[in-house]
Amino acid sequence: MSKMIGVDVGGTFTDVFVLDEATGTAQVAKVPTSRPDQSGGFLEGIGRQVDDLSTVTAVIHGTTAGTNALLERKGARIGIITTQGLRDVLEMRRRDRPQTWGLRGNFEPVVTRDLRKEVPERTLADGSIHTPVDLDAVRKAANELLDAGCAAVAILFANAYANADNEAKAAAAVREIWPNPHVSCSSEILPEIREYERFSTTALNAYLQPEVSGYLDRLDNALRDGGFGGEFMIVQSNGGVMDTDTACRLPIRTALSGPAAGVIAAGYIADTAGFPDVITGDMGGTSFDVSLIADAKSVLSPQTSIDFGMVVRTPMIEITTIGAGGGSIAWVDKGGLLNIGPESAGSTPGPVAYGQGNTRPTVTDANIVLGRIDPDNPIGGKLSKLDVEAAAAAIDKHVGEPLSLGTYEAAEAILKVANSRMAGAIRLVSIERGFDPKRFAFMPFGGGGALHTGAMLIEVGIGRAIVPRYPGVTSALGCVIADMRQDFVQTINALTSAIESRSLADIMQRHVDEGMRLLDASGTTFDARDTVFELDMAYVGQTHTVAVPLPVTVTGGKVVPPTIEEIDRAFDKAYHDTYGRLLNKGTRRVMNLRTSVIGRRPKFDLTTLAPSGTGTMEDARTGTRQVHFGNAWHETAIYNRLELPVGSRIDGPAILVQPDTTVLIEPGLSGRADDYGNTIITRVEENA
Amino acid sequence: MTDQTIDPITLAVLAGRMEQITDEMDATLFRAAFNPIIAEAHDASHGLYHAETGDTLVQGKSGLPIFVGVMSFAVKAVIEKAAADGDLADGDIYIFNDAHLGGTHLSDMRLVRPYFRDGKLFCYLASVGHWHDVGGAVPGNYNPAATEAFQEAFILPPVRIARKGVLQQDIIDILMRNTRLPQSAMGDLNGQLGALDLGARRLDELLGEYGSKTVAAALDALANRAETLMRSEVEALPDGRWEAEDFLDNDGITDTPLPIKVALEIDGDRMILDFEGTAPATAGPVNIALPTAVACCYVAIKHIFPDLPANAGVMRPVEIRVPEKSLLSAEFPAPVGGYTETILRMIDVIFSAASQAAPDKVVANAYGTINALSIAGKRSNGQPWVMFSFYGGGHGGSPEGDGLNHGNAPISTATIPPLEILEAAYPVMFRQWALRPDSAGAGTHRGGLGATYEIEVLEEQAEAFLFGERGRFAPQGVVGGAPAATNIFEYEQDDGWHQPPMTSKMRGIKLKKGQRVKLMTPGGGGYGTPLERDPKAVARDVALGYVTAEAATETYGTAWQETDQ
Repeated sequence: MSKMIGVDVGGTFTDVFVLDEATGTAQVAKVPTSRPDQSGGFLEGIGRQVDDLSTVTAVIHGTTAGTNALLERKGARIGIITTQGLRDVLEMRRRDRPQTWGLRGNFEPVVTRDLRKEVPERTLADGSIHTPVDLDAVRKAANELLDAGCAAVAILFANAYANADNEAKAAAAVREIWPNPHVSCSSEILPEIREYERFSTTALNAYLQPEVSGYLDRLDNALRDGGFGGEFMIVQSNGGVMDTDTACRLPIRTALSGPAAGVIAAGYIADTAGFPDVITGDMGGTSFDVSLIADAKSVLSPQTSIDFGMVVRTPMIEITTIGAGGGSIAWVDKGGLLNIGPESAGSTPGPVAYGQGNTRPTVTDANIVLGRIDPDNPIGGKLSKLDVEAAAAAIDKHVGEPLSLGTYEAAEAILKVANSRMAGAIRLVSIERGFDPKRFAFMPFGGGGALHTGAMLIEVGIGRAIVPRYPGVTSALGCVIADMRQDFVQTINALTSAIESRSLADIMQRHVDEGMRLLDASGTTFDARDTVFELDMAYVGQTHTVAVPLPVTVTGGKVVPPTIEEIDRAFDKAYHDTYGRLLNKGTRRVMNLRTSVIGRRPKFDLTTLAPSGTGTMEDARTGTRQVHFGNAWHETAIYNRLELPVGSRIDGPAILVQPDTTVLIEPGLSGRADDYGNTIITRVEENA
Repeated sequence: MTDQTIDPITLAVLAGRMEQITDEMDATLFRAAFNPIIAEAHDASHGLYHAETGDTLVQGKSGLPIFVGVMSFAVKAVIEKAAADGDLADGDIYIFNDAHLGGTHLSDMRLVRPYFRDGKLFCYLASVGHWHDVGGAVPGNYNPAATEAFQEAFILPPVRIARKGVLQQDIIDILMRNTRLPQSAMGDLNGQLGALDLGARRLDELLGEYGSKTVAAALDALANRAETLMRSEVEALPDGRWEAEDFLDNDGITDTPLPIKVALEIDGDRMILDFEGTAPATAGPVNIALPTAVACCYVAIKHIFPDLPANAGVMRPVEIRVPEKSLLSAEFPAPVGGYTETILRMIDVIFSAASQAAPDKVVANAYGTINALSIAGKRSNGQPWVMFSFYGGGHGGSPEGDGLNHGNAPISTATIPPLEILEAAYPVMFRQWALRPDSAGAGTHRGGLGATYEIEVLEEQAEAFLFGERGRFAPQGVVGGAPAATNIFEYEQDDGWHQPPMTSKMRGIKLKKGQRVKLMTPGGGGYGTPLERDPKAVARDVALGYVTAEAATETYGTAWQETDQ
């Protein structure tokens, strides 16, 4: 009983990371993701590395089941019951539009108008009940929705954040007649002011409930049938894990589960290697996802849009996406300018060299033509050989000829423009938050990122890059590392002078009790339990709030609440840190309380991943290949990366290969294998 | 600038780098601004402008669409002023809000900074942001009764707020004494100065890396490329001349319709927009200054060809003719506070004319009014309150599909505050926040729906003000599509419901506790003949209540009743 398994199901591959704590070894597996039911690939991947599931203590899963159901609109048929006069809130959004320019595009909410029922009820902003809820109308609406074939229902009442009474009564009445547990209620999911964001999050939760809970049940049953007796946990968008009961109740919290696990792993690996400030870059088929970690802490954003109008407001790891992935298409516009994307060949049909029907050149095609990717050993194992000539012909036709460039110049041009866009994303995520990118390390993960590392160093001025030992399974590794975490929010909306310390303390205590209860229920052991409290605060008249961390102690499960003076002081500090100044006579307002209850899971020792063999650098060297850099071909050494001993130093040009990744060390750069099996890439002169 | 050629790879990289500089300037101000109009609604913009002509070279992507065309006028005004003074120096920064020189309205504070390299003027950096309050008769500067700019705000011509890198405290003191919200204004000013500083630093780095000759060559090449792109778009259109006319309801002072007329001419790769036949300048604040009119043409063109870059090269093949002293070229001190309504109508007529030339590229009219509604009063404890917001409506049907329900205006990207935020801040209750059935224009692709907002006042002694349009003249369909519904505003009094005499413009109607106002906004116009709409789509519209059965039968015939929807 000593294995932990992380499983990350992505769009193309299902990655498995198995940590055997007893033997101190780690194994990885990569299998194609099964569709439409992802549980097939999930079980196959585990089966590759583990024969006996009874030896497994925990399976932790990063899933895209929720994300895909949202993006592909494949959630359940659901209905909503809402306040009289407000059934269209979900469809009206916040009066925005999909694109700034063109005035095109439309929006279909996940609930059609006929399944949005209104009932007499009204709560005012101060929490007073203007109209008590008409429960007969609620029951009638619920029955109509059942008759219409709805598998889940959401109850969405105005100002329910201020007083949940009407909603709670309605939810109780619906639960009495609803045949399954899929009843979501906005004050339970997100008791926070702003009806569209709350309604949207709650409705999308209901939309996912039947799908996600069915999927998790299937997995759970299959695992148990295989003899598994440990805990089965799910990664949330906030980078923490939750138990499956919570996941079935709050599936919306998995909206960005997979990418979040990757960022968690990246942060832990980089911090352990001595780089607490890191920017991650996950290069996939259609996009490049960037995330920033400062002082070993990921940045959380309070909400995101899965697609236009599909707003999800739960804390999630902030990930900035640009449309420059391996499959992004290079093209020359009518004005003679070379562009990369946003159109993408994705992984199917994929780059021209895959020979699966695409004829327009992609970023990957440029890498292939320049010798940076080995055409005879493609990653992923789906294809046996890549068609270099077809890729070159496509580059000639679509880029070379319009710009009067030779094949290799054109391929270099494609990479240069793609790198420049990726570098731009990195600059923006760091500078937008007031960070100087120079103090950060860059960590590529995903299949393609490590081919572009050098360009990030050169273009952005980043000091070094750190390529983790298993970049292709970073998210699966993150599953094993992630802490258990529950987030809570409650809108307060009061001036600090009017806050009753008692009532604030009561809410904090409620959050802590519920969070601790969930930690207890998971049956997991924790190294430690932490609680983090934050207030969203602003000066009166200001709409943008700042997050104010509160110095609060919890002793023996009891919250010792802050005084008003402490809240004011904490606000002044947070405000000054954000804006560099304070207002003289500004009155302060507390908008929301946010609480996180975190169970710190035992961390595994990353040296587990370090190379253990006694081989030398020469043993790891497999040969050379001609690779194009700048304007010339270079005889480039090829190494089997996993066999490089700790401390190896390799000056560029060199290529390090492993089953799921190619690491490129350009001329002028140097790579070093650190104690954990990471490759640290710096400029040659800095690699002392 | 030189005429040096530049290799295509460097050009593509530099294009991205320069766009990024302006995007970073946007981000800097959004983060620093205290004022939600900038911080949340992004009512601001930044760019790089040509050293001699002031033409737009690069502009940030996150700012308000209307600024994309209008900023170069602010720079041109500074170029003229500096030429007259003859002492432009490195480290100078000009500031002004004069809308007759810089376009839009007086709330928009413009900062323009010459950028020198090796002792020579290389280009200009500029920043514009909508300040919360710049004096005048009404807080927030939205005065529907203004007949002169002097009643709208204090007016600042281009003056130097920094000379050779030294901030001029005198100018700052004048500015801060002329706003009701000096802390907010100071925050915005600091944010704008910070954005300009950042832009200059980034340009230093870029020019250091690539050399000023290469960057100048790239800027020239980008303008030429923008021109080439635009010419190829125009050339693809048939030659000819197409006209369209529409009307503003009135100017808020006299209830007379004001025509806005355009003739769109395509001649090879040239485009002419001629506004002959448009009403003369008027007493009320629906006038616009010439720079605003030119900028508005740019916005309309970029909506028709969304892939065009934000670069003045786009406008080289376009000639804009605006009759002198007209509604679209009003002279100082004509009031321009309601400029949004007028430019929305200009965009509508340009779309209507262009749809005849390029039916596959143009969408029908959007709802076409900002509907600035404010309800103000005193709470029982004597504290005054003002709830001010703009409201949404439908977008036009397009060649691809139906219009968007409840979108924002084509000149803006601002969102609407949630009703819970409004109810938490003001003594009101929204009885309805709903889509408005039958508000969209019928068509093969119908318009998006407008909205019904019904607001009840929860305390005594409130007053309602409205500045809107489209009360008498509905948003038009294109390519045979039908018009949308008109804008309707109603308010409750002791003797029942009323509508204001100017339809969508109204000042100071008194409301008692429990009385309501109801704003019903237009949808978008329809695209294509209604009879060609898929009967199943019509049946779905009826089933979902977007269109009533009676209206469906009247406009779409009876085929929909036969479907098994």
